[in-house]
Amino acid sequence: MFGLPILSTLVWLPIIGGLLVLFIGRDRPTVAKWLSLAVALLTFVASLPLWTQFDVSTAKMQFVEYSSWIPAFNIHYHLGVDGLSMPLVLLTTFTQVLVIASAWEVIKERVEQYMGAFLIMGGMMVGVFVALDAVLFYVFWEALLIPMFIVIGKWGGPRRVYATLKFFLYTFFGSVFMLVAFIYMYYQSGSFSILDFQAMPLGMTAQILIFLAFLIAFAVKIPMFPVHTWLPDAHVEAPTAGSVVLAAIMLKMGGYGFVRFSLPITPDASMTLDWLVIALSLIAIVYIGLVAMVQSDMKKLVAYSSISHMGFVTLGMFLVYDIVQNTGNAQGSVIGMQGAMVQMLSHGFISGAMFLAIGVLYDRLHTREIKAYGGVVNVMPWFGFFAVLFAMANVGLPGTSGFVGEFMVIISSFKANIWYGTLAALTLIIGAGYTLWMVKRVFFGAVSNENVASMTDLNKREFAIMTALAIAVVGLGVYPAPVIEVMSHSINHLLIQATTSKL
Amino acid sequence: MLHTILTVILVSPLIGSMIAGLFGRQIGRKGAHTVTILGVFISTVLAAYVFKLFVLDGHAPYNASLYTWFQAEGIKFELGYMIDSLSATMMLVVTFVSLMVHIYTIGYMDHDEDYDHDNPYYQRFFSYISLFTFSMLSLVMANNFLQLFFGWEAVGLVSYLLIGFYMKRESAIQANLKAFLVNRVGDFGFILGIAMVFMYFGTMDYQEFFAGLNAQVGKTISFIPGVEWSVITVMVLLLFVGAMGKSAQIPLHVWLPESMEGPTPISALIHAATMVTAGIFMVARLSPAYELSEVALSFILIIGALTAFFMGLLGIIQNDIKRVVAYSTLSQLGYMTAALGASAYAAGMFHVLTHAFFKALLFLAAGSVIVAMHHNQDIRKMGGLKKYMPITYWALLIGSLALIGFPGFAGFYSKDSILLAVHEADVWGSGFAYILLLAGVFITAFYSFRMFFIVFHGEESEYVKNHHIKESPWVITFPLIMLSIPAVVIGIPLVGPILSGSYFADAITVFEQHNVLHEIYMHHFVEGGALGMALHGFMSLPVMLALSGVFIAWYFYIKNPAIPEKIKNACPRGYKVLEAGYGFDKFNEIVFVKGALKLGNFFWQKIDVKLIDTGLVTNTFMSVYNAARAMRTMQTGYIYHYAFVMIFGLLGMLIWVLW
Repeated sequence: MFGLPILSTLVWLPIIGGLLVLFIGRDRPTVAKWLSLAVALLTFVASLPLWTQFDVSTAKMQFVEYSSWIPAFNIHYHLGVDGLSMPLVLLTTFTQVLVIASAWEVIKERVEQYMGAFLIMGGMMVGVFVALDAVLFYVFWEALLIPMFIVIGKWGGPRRVYATLKFFLYTFFGSVFMLVAFIYMYYQSGSFSILDFQAMPLGMTAQILIFLAFLIAFAVKIPMFPVHTWLPDAHVEAPTAGSVVLAAIMLKMGGYGFVRFSLPITPDASMTLDWLVIALSLIAIVYIGLVAMVQSDMKKLVAYSSISHMGFVTLGMFLVYDIVQNTGNAQGSVIGMQGAMVQMLSHGFISGAMFLAIGVLYDRLHTREIKAYGGVVNVMPWFGFFAVLFAMANVGLPGTSGFVGEFMVIISSFKANIWYGTLAALTLIIGAGYTLWMVKRVFFGAVSNENVASMTDLNKREFAIMTALAIAVVGLGVYPAPVIEVMSHSINHLLIQATTSKL
Repeated sequence: MLHTILTVILVSPLIGSMIAGLFGRQIGRKGAHTVTILGVFISTVLAAYVFKLFVLDGHAPYNASLYTWFQAEGIKFELGYMIDSLSATMMLVVTFVSLMVHIYTIGYMDHDEDYDHDNPYYQRFFSYISLFTFSMLSLVMANNFLQLFFGWEAVGLVSYLLIGFYMKRESAIQANLKAFLVNRVGDFGFILGIAMVFMYFGTMDYQEFFAGLNAQVGKTISFIPGVEWSVITVMVLLLFVGAMGKSAQIPLHVWLPESMEGPTPISALIHAATMVTAGIFMVARLSPAYELSEVALSFILIIGALTAFFMGLLGIIQNDIKRVVAYSTLSQLGYMTAALGASAYAAGMFHVLTHAFFKALLFLAAGSVIVAMHHNQDIRKMGGLKKYMPITYWALLIGSLALIGFPGFAGFYSKDSILLAVHEADVWGSGFAYILLLAGVFITAFYSFRMFFIVFHGEESEYVKNHHIKESPWVITFPLIMLSIPAVVIGIPLVGPILSGSYFADAITVFEQHNVLHEIYMHHFVEGGALGMALHGFMSLPVMLALSGVFIAWYFYIKNPAIPEKIKNACPRGYKVLEAGYGFDKFNEIVFVKGALKLGNFFWQKIDVKLIDTGLVTNTFMSVYNAARAMRTMQTGYIYHYAFVMIFGLLGMLIWVLW
């Protein structure tokens, strides 16, 4: 747009816009809101050419920007996207608009700081997905914790201090290992370029250590069992928009990390330790699913459901080695990997929608306890419609995006190992159990109390947000082909990298 | 041209559904039922044309894709059509019954105690049943497993929404959750079956799947190391688990009785005529694969026979008019399943067809009674309704005669075909199955006419005397009449082609050594035709059993009403077992529901909270925190303190370096 480099625009426009909101919007909440919305919309529009001008016939990095940043350490300002990161960038810019809109009437105190924090966070999240230099990546990765920390700590619930500290320490703890791995690889290769990391030879011991370092960093982010306990707390305390960003985008960074770093940089270690990731993924799907079943707080329930669904992402990514071992060739592993990537997008939409829906309820009754509700659909029919739609998507009903990724990962995992497939498919029962049981208790039944009776249906703003997400969920579910085509070459390339030994 | 017609058939109910659902308030009641009925009407007419083309004119099967869902690794995941005699027949049945139910609904849903009159529940209901029609059509028209699964789940969704239609009632929303979850247990098996198809055949397409079957014969798969099972047997059994959920076979039958919480029109359409037969349809569709596994066929036969007998037995003690019909549906689904197990797929589908008409008729007639009784469903409160509701009376009588297999009626031909086929079959377990099915015939007649006599002929209850009971309006009786016709006559023209194998020749594969229907055709049909079969039927064991069932029902409930009570008192334990439905619900409740919650609580409280959070995180966190506290005292904020430390630090370093 206007001849500007597109990726830089997507990173810096919201960051600068956010700073602007902070200064101009002070004590002028209306200005702050409209300006934020304008920035978010502009960023989203600016991100659309990524899709329209994307060359689907190559796995190479596109829209590349490259210039020197800190020459002393050979650090570059290096941006670019491929089929793996481009959809995630769009998911981020899309979610940003909804997040700003979701806070419109809800946040009354220090609006400009709230909005500004989200805009800045948005730019940094794009930065994580487009950075091709490890230091740049790391800077974005860590820096975006700060606005999130502030958002939860300032606008959060009663136990926000505990939650923010837990959130911060967990993720920071994970990232430090990643930084050490980066520095080690820099000393070996003389470059911080991620693409150079991918190409450099590495011995087995080094690979194992690097793999584990990455695993810790990404497992915390996704999050995977047993480092997942920060997520329910963070969600419960975070304001709605914080939860949405956390679930829809931040969790995806962990998944993205596996495909950008772990698999291509340490293929031999990935092959040796794939059982670890797979085991943790299956635990996420079954164990966490059962934990979700017994939650009484809606946000906790959806948070656990998120962890369980992210299990499909990590499962799908690490199937290739077992498929090769079991069947003699890699046929079927592309579908698993694509399933994982589609699941990330789909989970972005669905979890975002679920948290927004909980936000709609919370704005009205100021509680997230399931038992405080009952029969909501009687007083909020349109909201009930959307909520049931998103619940069905969460259950993985065909025709919604939730089905696509799960289906692909299940059929692929069955090929890797019959038991993987069997355990993964249990989600059909468990997922339906916790989601629809919640729907039953919250939405169906007679109006349970006076508070519920006084609830009003969606206003226009909420209706628009829900509609946008519904279109995304159904669109991806009915016609996933374009998204899969976009990722196709990059995934083939990734699987070649992941199965080519560096020893 | 054909492609366009098929697409119109598929899509027009969907369009109707979306208009009625999204703009229900704007277009009002009349707009909603007009637009949905129009959509289904278009589908019905075109489906009749397609039926003529593929069944009567013998058009070659049509297999084409609609669009590619996605493509990966050279495998296409598509939506498409496979139209042959099997799907063309199902399409006509689905659209026709759906059309009748749409019309009927105008009368049935007009007033509703659960909703205010200005609530658009009426529009919503029409939207749902049209959506169902679309989903069911996409299931039967599919040419691949993916679309089959899509339709499979979509009908499940609509079923869920409709069972819980009276969402203020706790029993309704409990029932729909249960229905969804039990079906999901079936789908768990189903999706694993599809995963096996993907693994061994590398395709989702039926044709490619059939073509690849022979290459898989003899291959084994191992779930437990060292134990090898035939790939085809495991695969078709996993797929059959899906059918057990959808078609409510023991032990996954538990959801169907409770599905009666939904409004009666959908009980007729979804939980009797169409959706619950999806499992039967699926097995018939995949007959080339099922033929390859005798183990699977035996299993299917036995499950079907058990369902037919034991579910029928439960029908005897029901007092809710809809529940009687529901248990009869369960039992009839058992007959269809048993037919599949005997490799008599065509007979199973034949029964699907006749059952669709007579069971929809029975349900809608029961609904007509319910409307007349002001939404009272307890048969003990009815009695002597014959004189008030003549059309409903005849409809219910015709439906019941068809159900019990009275010679000449549609149900006679299909049920007799099944019984003869199972008798003829030499799959393992067929002798046992035959006895159960035969006993089931007696039970069917008994419970059907028990209800019939109590409702129409028994003494008028207080309720009937005190309320103004009148025949239902024409929108209700018209569908009854329309459904009565096929319930009587449809068997006669079809039985010959079905038995000879010519009807489904292009769709169903039966191996020579399994082809029992052809045996029956040679021995029972060739000589006297359909009429001869009916005449001969009067002297056959099944019909005698059925007639004695009717007689005993009459004797017990009209002639000598004290007997049932006596029997009940004579063996209270047996009655209790029946009343508890053999304890399936209790078992599921204790083992699966409570078990899952206990396990979830254990994982959460003991591992997540106690072990990970308190044990690992908080302890680590607290030690860091305490360390930080200690460190904090050093940060006083006074410049001279820092300067002091710095100078000493520098000094220390200098000393260390210089030494």
